[in-house]
Parts: sequence; C-alpha cells; structure tokens
Amino acid sequence: MNKLLATAVAAVVLGTSPVFAQPTDILNASYDIARELFEAENAAYAATGATVTVNQSHAGSSAQARAVLEGLAADVVTFNQVTDIDKLVDGGFVSDDWASEFPNNAAPFYSFPAFLVRAGNPKGISDWGDLAADGVQVIFPNPKTSGNGRYTYLAARAWAIEEYAGDEAKIEEFLTKLFANVPVFETGGRAATTAFTERQLGDVLVSFEAEVLSVKKQLGADKYDAVTPSVSFLSEFPVAIVDKVVDARGSRDLAKAYLEFLFTPEGQEVAAANFHRPSDDAVLAAHAADFPEIRLVTVDEAFGGWDKVAAEHFADGGLLDKVFLNQ
Amino acid sequence: MAQRRSKHLLPGFGLTLGVSMLYITIIIALPLLAMLLKVGGMGWEEFWRIVASNRSLAAYRITFSSAFIATIFNGALGLLLAWVLTRYSFPGKRILDALVDLPFALPTAVAGLVLVTLFAPTGWYGQLLEPNGFKVNYTQAGIIIAMTFTSIPFVVRTVQPVLEDIQVDLEEAAKTLGATPWQVFSRVIWPTILPAFMAGCVLSFARALGEFGAVVFIAGNLPGKTEIVSLLIFIRIDEYNYEGAAALAFVLLVAAFCLLLLTNALQSWQTRYADRSR
Amino acid sequence: MTTTTATRSPAEITLITLAFVFAAALLVVPLAVIFAFALREGLGVYLSNIAEPSTVHAIGLTVLTSLIVVPINIAVGICVAWLVTRFKFPGRQVLITFIELPAAVSPIVAGTVYLFLYGGQGLLGPVLQGAGIQLMFTVTAIILVGLFVTAPFVARELIPLMQQQGTEDEEAALSLGANGWQMFWFVTLPNIRWAILYGAILTNARVMGEFGAVSVVSGSIRGQTNTLPLQISQLFNDFNVTGSFAAASTLALMAVLTLILKSTLEARGGWR
Repeated sequence: MNKLLATAVAAVVLGTSPVFAQPTDILNASYDIARELFEAENAAYAATGATVTVNQSHAGSSAQARAVLEGLAADVVTFNQVTDIDKLVDGGFVSDDWASEFPNNAAPFYSFPAFLVRAGNPKGISDWGDLAADGVQVIFPNPKTSGNGRYTYLAARAWAIEEYAGDEAKIEEFLTKLFANVPVFETGGRAATTAFTERQLGDVLVSFEAEVLSVKKQLGADKYDAVTPSVSFLSEFPVAIVDKVVDARGSRDLAKAYLEFLFTPEGQEVAAANFHRPSDDAVLAAHAADFPEIRLVTVDEAFGGWDKVAAEHFADGGLLDKVFLNQ
Repeated sequence: MAQRRSKHLLPGFGLTLGVSMLYITIIIALPLLAMLLKVGGMGWEEFWRIVASNRSLAAYRITFSSAFIATIFNGALGLLLAWVLTRYSFPGKRILDALVDLPFALPTAVAGLVLVTLFAPTGWYGQLLEPNGFKVNYTQAGIIIAMTFTSIPFVVRTVQPVLEDIQVDLEEAAKTLGATPWQVFSRVIWPTILPAFMAGCVLSFARALGEFGAVVFIAGNLPGKTEIVSLLIFIRIDEYNYEGAAALAFVLLVAAFCLLLLTNALQSWQTRYADRSR
Repeated sequence: MTTTTATRSPAEITLITLAFVFAAALLVVPLAVIFAFALREGLGVYLSNIAEPSTVHAIGLTVLTSLIVVPINIAVGICVAWLVTRFKFPGRQVLITFIELPAAVSPIVAGTVYLFLYGGQGLLGPVLQGAGIQLMFTVTAIILVGLFVTAPFVARELIPLMQQQGTEDEEAALSLGANGWQMFWFVTLPNIRWAILYGAILTNARVMGEFGAVSVVSGSIRGQTNTLPLQISQLFNDFNVTGSFAAASTLALMAVLTLILKSTLEARGGWR
C-alpha cells in the first residue's frame, strides 16, 4: 500500500517540481515581520549581480521552525531567536556549529522589544511596569509560536528581576498580570501589528523596535508614537544554512553566498534602512539618528544562556507556562 | 422513479469499484485514519483535558451559537428567496436566481476580505452601523455575518425544487374550499416543504460550523470571545501542539458526520414524502 | 406566466422587494466592492498589482491546481456514480457516506488530516521522507487537499440524475450488441454531460478558492506555494489592501463566470 502510494505521488511530484536541475533558487524561511526587510535585501543582493532567485516564506519564527521540521524545504533560515534554530539542530536539520559559520555568532542584525502606542500616548505608557496596570490592554504575539512573543516575555522578566530585586513571587505576579492584559495572542508578529493597527485592539503593541519604527513610518507618525522602555532585551536575529536541505538540493554555495551578503556593508545598510540595527558598528553609527539609546541586557547576563532559558522557561510546564495560561 | 436493478448485467462493476475504492482509500480514508490514530494514541484523559478545557468549550459555544443564528436567518431568507423565485415572475428574476449561488462561487477568503472592508468603521456599511453603536468587525456579529454569507444558497436550493413540484390544483382546491392564503400556506405548502427546508437548514448549519476563510478575516480571533474551533485548531498546529489539534479536529469531524447522517435521513424523508404526495 | 404589475397583490410586491433588498445588500454590494476597491487607485495601479510577479505566480498555481484536480474528480465522480446507481452491493451506503464526508467537514480539518498523514510526525511522512519524497508544503500537497475537499461535487450531481434515468437505454444498447465503452460513450455520456459540466464548474470554483485546507499544508512561499486565496490574505496582512483586492478581483471574475455558466446550463439542462 505504502509503496503503491509512494509511486503514485512520486509521479505527481516529479511532474510538478523541478527537483533534478541545478538549483537557481533558494528558499528563505523567516520570521513574520521581516517581509519588507528581505524583499529589500533580495533586491540589493540581485543588484550585486547575483542571479539566484530567493523565495521568501514568513510566519512566526517557531511556527517556521515547525514547518522546516515538517519538511518545508528551506535552504536558509533567518529566524529571530537562537532557540528556534536549536530546534532544527535537535531535529538534525542544522549542524550544531552553525553559529560559527558566520561572523558575530551568525547574527547579522538585532533588535529588541519596544512599544508602539496610540498618538499622544493616552494611557501614559513609558516602561514595562505600566503594561501590567489595570485597564491597559497589551498586544504581543503568542510566545509558543513567535520568537517575538518570547522576547517580550524575557524582556519583561528581565525588567522585573531588576525592579523586584529577584523576588520570584513578585516577578511572577507582575508577569501574570501582564499576560492577563493581553486580549489576543496572534501567531506572528505581523498579525499582532494588524490586530493593533487595523482592528484597533489594545493600548500598546509590544514588538521589535524594527516593527515599531517601520509601522510608525508606514502608517503615519500622527497616529502612533514609539516608546522606548528603560531597559530591554537584546534580540539577535540568527541565520543558518539548513544542511539537510542544501545537501539534498545541491544548493549549499548559493545559500552560503546569500547569507554572507547579509553581513556585507550593503546588506547591513539595507537592514538599517529597514529599522533593523546592523551588527556592523560603522553602519550603525551612520544611522545613529534613527535609533534611540537603550540599555539592553543579554541572555547570558539575565538568564545564563539560551540552553538554560529553553530548559527553565520555554519547556512544557516551565516558567512561561506558569504565567501564560494558554488553555 | 421506476427502477429496475439488473444484477451486474451492466458492465464496469469491477473497474468502477476498483477506482472508487482506491481513490476513497488514498484521498479520503487514509488521511482520516491518520488523524484517528493520532487521537487514539493520546489516551482518554489527555483527550478529555483538551476537548473540555475552558478555551475549547468557549470556542464550541461561539462556533455553534453563531452557526445557529446564521442558520435561522438563512432559513427565513432562503424561504423568502425560494418563494419569490418559484411563485412570481418579474424582471431580473434570472439574475436574482443566478446571484443566489454567489457564495458558492466566491472563494471564502475573498468573502472575508470584502466583509471586513464593508463593515470597517469607514466602510460602506460600517459608517452607517458604527455611529449607532453596532460594531460588526472583530465581534461575534462579524462571525455570524460571515457564516450567513457563505451559507445563503443551501435553503434556497433545497426548498426551490419542492415548491416548484407542489401541485397547483391542491392549492386551488384549498382556495375554492374557502381557505385563506395563510391557511393554504400553513396547511398545504409548509408541511410539504418542511423536510426539504429542514435538510437545507442542516446543510447550512454544517457549512457554517466549518467556515474558516471568511470568519478569520472578520472575527477578532480573541480566545473566549471570538475564537472559533477551526481557528483554535490552526493555532494548535502552529504551536506544534498536534495532540491539541487532533483532538479538536476529531470533535469537528464527529459533528460533521452526525450532521451528514441527519441530512441523509431528512432527504430520504423528503423523498418518501414526495413519492406519497404524487 | 405573464403577470402584469397591475395584478400584483401587495403581499407579492412586498416579498419581491424584500428579496431584492436582501440580495442587493448581501450579494450585489459585496461583489461590487471588490472591483471598486481593486480599481480605486486607477486602472494603471490595478494592472501593475495584477502583474506583480508573486500574484502572477499565484494565478498560475491556482489554475494549475484546478487543471489537475477537476479532470481527476470528474473521472472519479463518474466512476462512483456509475457504481452506486447501477449496482447493489454490500457497503454501498458506506461508500456514499465516505465520498460525501469531505463536503461536510471544516477545511481546517481537511488540512489537518493531511498533516497527520504526510507531515514529519505523520503516518506516512517519515517513510516518504526516507524515500526522498517530500509532500507537505509542496504543490503536490495543495493538489491533494484540493482533491479531498472537492471529491463529492461531481458524484453529487450525477447520482440523483443517473438514479432517475434508470438503466433501460443502456441495457437496450448492450442487447443491440454495443460493448461497454460504446454504451458509455454513446448512451450514458450524452445523458449526463451537462450534469458533469455542472459538477465540474462547482469543483473548479471550490478548488480555486480553497483557503483553510491549503493554508495548513502550504508553506505560503511567495512565488512557490502561494495560491490566490493565500496571496490575498498575505497582501492584506502587508497593509497592501488595494493589491489584495486586485488579486481578489481575479477570483471574483472567476465567480461571476461560474454563475453565468451555471445559470446557462440550468436554463438548458432541466435535469434538476
């Protein structure tokens, strides 16, 4: 039965998708808010004379990791959190030394959770503590499907650790109140933005600074204000080659060249123009006017590294589940 | 309706049986089996925890109540349209008749896009409704409207042929015996179309229960308020929570199966009724 | 059949008016709004929105899916209808229920069951992946769910018709010496061709517009596995409302064409 089925479907597959030819295209599976960024990066990459077609797929970073594990044939992943690439390492799709394959731990740009409020900031939101106040509605994406949502959790927790001097009961109380203020957890960062802007839900959107600044620019500075909190959480956006896919397709060179481009001054320039903070200090300095000062804590400082975060916070029944009553 | 069964006198039994069985096995049965195995593998307690959780219960409540209201509206509208299309002749009748099927022909995502635009605060309908405090987008009213739109044709298309078949002499006889138009309707017409009307309503309800494309555009997708079961399944898949998705999909499948059996029972009731009245 | 306005009763006028009001509000206006919005920035912008490569690709993929799904489901629909109307055998009712089931379930359930069959954690997914065959998130998966959701459409039109027509003509043909294929081509097919076309039109409309099931099994890759409905939804999420309506207008045109064909067929058919 299986064999018959396999033969039948193989006929269809071979008839409809080009699997043997030398690949001239690669697929980039990416996070939700990076649609415009990678459209611009791809155009800039093509301008350097590269002939490869880079296809894009966007959704919540973890939802994308799931899709790759399910067989989405992405040659490269450009995620927003290390934990999502680690899922692919566990699944045998990405080699475990991926971070050393590219400069800066394979993170070409970074951002951090910031706030977008309605014009004039009617609820007076200036820092993380205000998000847990009574009568404030907060929008951010589902931490189970979106790296963006998990960064929000980590940033809020990092702020609370300082604020409550590590008193776990108080930290949990704050986070529980914060999560209770969220009327809807969309599965991706862009869907959360749409909920805030199109559906007019909530008083404050928590999303990457990249999204906050780009929405403000796109939809009008007269409608929204960007608010930078006192402290936030460094969100480096890692990239990796999906070994299992490129080896099967013979597209490793194309994939590598494309990701390397993101670290070049041209690639970095495009990132900065799309409000992603570039890892290249010279490019960042040139765009200093666009990016306000902010104190960022790192995963190592606040939580002792990604492995610890994954085990203590994000595992089933972990600290995140305690405050995110997603039943 | 005269039908003589010739036992395998006609050719093609083996071929058509083979093709049908192969197709049903590969395209329909095997995928369903895969889901049943997933559900079967999770254990009763786990299953119950998922399907009876507060969020799931709220999703059933929202989905079923919205589908129910949409069906009541479509029952009335369907009756009206079927009546007008069979009993009267007027200019534009054929266009009206053709338009009834628009919701079947128009993709649900397009329907959702259109409805959310129409009912936006600045939309053609929204600007009339919203100042009067009636908000449709991102509320349960939006879900009901999306479900209504996508299932308009069912009642019309099931009642219409039956209304056409009602013998006019029966009505005429009732009238000459001094029955008022209302009596003619309630004593003669209504009992005749009832099975078809019910079947149309059940089909309409089933479609509304499963509607996804049109609803996700216009519903706010708020857990406990405007989150329908189909959307919750979709979210569970994205969360990589396959047990959660499988259990909820199983609930919808069982509901669909029951409604299908009910429709078949109603349709055979209708056939018997039609045969008897002939 | 000619009723003049003078003889219309007040009830009749009221009911006809009501029918038109509801039809206008619920059917005509939604159709009109698609084109109004698609064209609101002018014909030039509209055409360039349609010519957007990812939209062009989505149109191509949607047509391709339909070209594969519709013929297969016509053939299978004829087989199933022949089987259940010409023969009595144990399990006949079960077979009918199975073929009808896809129309009754939520499209999300349709997508989900395919995920559990062909996904990495699915029943056959690991076996197929071992053989180097990837189904999820490919065009093949889109075609498979398309076959699933439209499986009943042709059979549903044919079964009542063929039941009603009976078998006399076919038996006569056979007794006159025709073989099975000749009987089918010259006797059966001419009787059911309009019903087949009718079923095919419904199948086409549904498969082109399928959203829920496709959104589960497609990776939503622009220029690869984005069908038109997914493209519409993505453009809408990108704040590109006009582009979204432009893509939607192509499907709306398909819908209008469907209605015209359907109504023409009904006018000449008369099998229902």
